[in-house]
Amino acid sequence: MAKVKTLDDLRKMKDELKSRISLRENSDNPESLVQVKVSMATCGIASGAKEIMNYFIEEFDSQNIDAVVTQTGCMGYCYAEPTIEVTLPGEKPLVFGNVTFSKASEIIEKYIKEGELVDGIIPDNYETIE
Amino acid sequence: MKDLAMHIIDITRNSVRAGASLIGIRLDVYKTEKLLKMTIKDNGCGMDSEMILRVTDPFVTSRTTRKVGLGLPFLKMNAEQTGGALSIQSQPGEGTVVTATFDYSHIDCVPLGDIQGTVALIMSGNPNQDFEFEICKDESVFALKSTEIKDALDGISIANPSVAKMIAEMVDTNLLSDLQ
Repeated sequence: MAKVKTLDDLRKMKDELKSRISLRENSDNPESLVQVKVSMATCGIASGAKEIMNYFIEEFDSQNIDAVVTQTGCMGYCYAEPTIEVTLPGEKPLVFGNVTFSKASEIIEKYIKEGELVDGIIPDNYETIE
Repeated sequence: MKDLAMHIIDITRNSVRAGASLIGIRLDVYKTEKLLKMTIKDNGCGMDSEMILRVTDPFVTSRTTRKVGLGLPFLKMNAEQTGGALSIQSQPGEGTVVTATFDYSHIDCVPLGDIQGTVALIMSGNPNQDFEFEICKDESVFALKSTEIKDALDGISIANPSVAKMIAEMVDTNLLSDLQ
């Protein structure tokens, strides 16, 4: 892809992006997307949540996975940062703790792509913050 | 916090939690005074004067998931160790302005960090809030508004990973490289 320098460039890129997205089914419906929320309070940032969030963005972009990556606040698991919440379409959200790059890659390859559970899930009846 | 970019993510999260819909992030670089000023302004719920005095206490937080709140105390520490200062202006219902000044020639000043990636993560990671990012150095100003990006995207979610990468590129190519 060409470099995006200005808003005009972004407008041009948008058409290319749109054609890529519209090839996939139900892309307008956020429920059909994989949602990843990265806990980014002081504790998360200090443990490298920013790098993990970047990693997910890079991987989803390069592998063309239908997903949105957003930030969230502290989920209360400061001891297990970086913490992420993954919601697969039609599934309940799962929280993974101590997410390193290799754990993130495992989560993408096994859980997000295959639906197979991986170690590191924080088992709790917790509710999404924000 | 290892760099200023991390503080920006941290303090803007406070604004998001305060229910803000519009958050301004501004960096001013004053070359002659070797002064860096970071301003984060929101239209969230704000706080009263008593709370302003207490927020830089690490054991004060409004959240219930834990008992400590280190974001502002860390920012205060990093600003003050360069001879700078932290100031907070707020009115309940009006929003909050957090200003931190740094002497960037001071040996204890934290680096600027990955500003471009941070701006992208903040804008893309909080699709329901709008952000205005400005960086001013002497005469030159670079400004980017997430509302403009959303308009340009014409329906594509700003939280799309490809969009996050584009925003980072956009800030990167426009950001003054000699700022560090």
